[in-house]
Amino acid sequence: MKPSLVSSKQQVIRSQNPESRSDTAQGARHKEYIGQRVSFGPEPYAFAKGELMARKGKKKPRLLQGNEAIVEGALAAGCSFFAGYPITPASEISEILAYRLPQVEGTFIQMEDEIASLGAVIGASLAGAKSMTATSGPGFSLMQENLGFACVAEVPCVIVNVMRGGPSTGLPTNPSQGDVMQARWGTHGDHPIIVLAPSTVRDSFDITVKAFNFSERYRTPVIVLSDEVVAHTRETVVLPDPDEIEVLDRIRPSMPPEWYIPYEDTSSGVPAMGIFGDGYRYHVTGLIHDIRGFPTARTDEIEPFMRRLFRKINQSFHDIQIVNHFMTEDAELIVIAYGSVARSARRAVLDARDKGVKAGLLHLVTLYPFPRRDVMATIRDARVVLVPEMNMGQISREVKRVNEGMSQVATLNRIDGCMITPQEIYDWLIKEA
Amino acid sequence: MAEITKLVHKYLRHDKKFPHVWCPGCGNGIVLGAMIRAIDRLAYRKDDIVMVSGIGCSGRLPVYVDFNTLHTTHGRALTFATGVKLAKPELKVIVVMGDGDATAIGGNHFIHAARRNINLTAIIINNNIYGMTGGQYSPTTPYGMKASTAPYRNIEHAFNIAELAVTAGAVFVGRGTVYHARLLDKLIEKAFVKRGFGVVEVITHCHTQYGRRNRMGDAVAMMKWQKEHAVRVEKSADMSEEELRDKFTIGVLVDRELPIYTEQYALVREQATENLPRSH
Repeated sequence: MKPSLVSSKQQVIRSQNPESRSDTAQGARHKEYIGQRVSFGPEPYAFAKGELMARKGKKKPRLLQGNEAIVEGALAAGCSFFAGYPITPASEISEILAYRLPQVEGTFIQMEDEIASLGAVIGASLAGAKSMTATSGPGFSLMQENLGFACVAEVPCVIVNVMRGGPSTGLPTNPSQGDVMQARWGTHGDHPIIVLAPSTVRDSFDITVKAFNFSERYRTPVIVLSDEVVAHTRETVVLPDPDEIEVLDRIRPSMPPEWYIPYEDTSSGVPAMGIFGDGYRYHVTGLIHDIRGFPTARTDEIEPFMRRLFRKINQSFHDIQIVNHFMTEDAELIVIAYGSVARSARRAVLDARDKGVKAGLLHLVTLYPFPRRDVMATIRDARVVLVPEMNMGQISREVKRVNEGMSQVATLNRIDGCMITPQEIYDWLIKEA
Repeated sequence: MAEITKLVHKYLRHDKKFPHVWCPGCGNGIVLGAMIRAIDRLAYRKDDIVMVSGIGCSGRLPVYVDFNTLHTTHGRALTFATGVKLAKPELKVIVVMGDGDATAIGGNHFIHAARRNINLTAIIINNNIYGMTGGQYSPTTPYGMKASTAPYRNIEHAFNIAELAVTAGAVFVGRGTVYHARLLDKLIEKAFVKRGFGVVEVITHCHTQYGRRNRMGDAVAMMKWQKEHAVRVEKSADMSEEELRDKFTIGVLVDRELPIYTEQYALVREQATENLPRSH
């Protein structure tokens, strides 16, 4: 059978039908699957060779899981390189990109481990490709070394961590939010970092695009902190057309190569980035370096470099810190949540409002840099603030830090490998009302 | 200025804050010189060369030369180089590593890069020790020798880097020394020209750390040791095991053809796009 996008679409629809799961149908479908090698749903775009083309006016709803939406977001943002290592619950991202990237003249490679994966991603980015890797907790631990390199050498890249239960091998198929602090502080040494957390399938798409844009604009690694619930929830979503999506690229040097100073300070704090092979030859190192990229031990060069690394993020909080307000305006009880928990919280707040409880949700999309100003402004007038999390209290510590005694901060923690349900948050809201 | 020095100056970075970090008498400069001579003979453009290194004395090598240079994390040079090569296959990617760098912390990356036959050249400078960090024993410190972390004697057995590369699937493997300078020039040139994963192991000396602890003398004495213990691959075929006991072979160990990763991936792309609808 000849592979075609149309029949793959039918196939996916058919596979939703439980009746088609008889043995013979299964066998037939398996054959079809092998022949087509298409199992990831209808493509939103028709591909020209090496080019994403919009199928305009055909914005159809699609059934996707969070991991698939991350792939769609990455491709929409211009991702052309992916290196990864198999790990549950992030493997779908690798599998789909192995299929999709060669169609758009991109490159997929499965490396020998996660250390190598991020190394290859950084190398590809230095050679001009928008690059991404995806993993879960154990692999994320291995990536911390090269994550620090990407921070110091200012190499744009996106690292997806689909959180599962930890520590160690932990609970490979269960959800968790245990890697928040690792995302912030996992690599050694002082460094700024951007961490974004999707809460739905559509969110996974939008946040992946954002992650690429931030990484390119600020020349920094960006971590997408998804969780197993978001990653494996399938829901119907409508994705935007490619021409509706804002896509940013790194600033490239335009001066003659002999004038190029690779790590020169600018008002934005983000230096123009030369690409290997483009004539702007320079030195890239994980050592602290001077404005020319050469290793330095001079105090008058070290401190300005470190300060610039922080400044380029700190002076753009208005752009980077994303939060969603949901009924917070007059709320007495505020829930602060992120990831899949934010979704449960949204439902709980709606149900509580039905009962006349003045509840509201502050949904943190950006976890780091921690949206201090938004959190402070929202909890100032609240009576009690609840921070539900699938960990022992990682973001709640940040909330308590910025609360400074204004409100009472309560926590709701699950560490049993199960998601936090709307009911649990609802019960708390009713009890506190 | 001697001709040979002039040539090196053509490729040095004059805006780099010299002096370099290497000890007087170090062999790393000889390796760098051999690489520069090969690059010059082959008339590569500076813009087309990406020189990647890991950590250690060898890791500082790219910073002095005027190419696209990338000084990565310890042992990971080949992983970064893999990304560079796949994103821009037209670039000539040269990776420089030390023995600890390539075969201890980076051992896994080394065998997998060889197995993939990714189109790179790996130069491994083997001085049998971790020099920069103070003379700790490495995977190539010979059995029975001393190191700062083996003050009595080393009881581990050494890797044979070149043979490891052969077994892992490298298509070109050569071994030279910094004493045999002309052979080294040739080996490095051959490795650069070879399509696929090429490896050159360069036996050098660390008189500061390894030689001093093992009473092997200064740099000159250690280079004499290289001369006395190296045997040409061609000659070794006629020698008995007894004669080869404390010797090592130099020359071309392997030169073969296997499918190259970047070329194979180009075919995968064609296969992937074959049945896609054209843009309309």
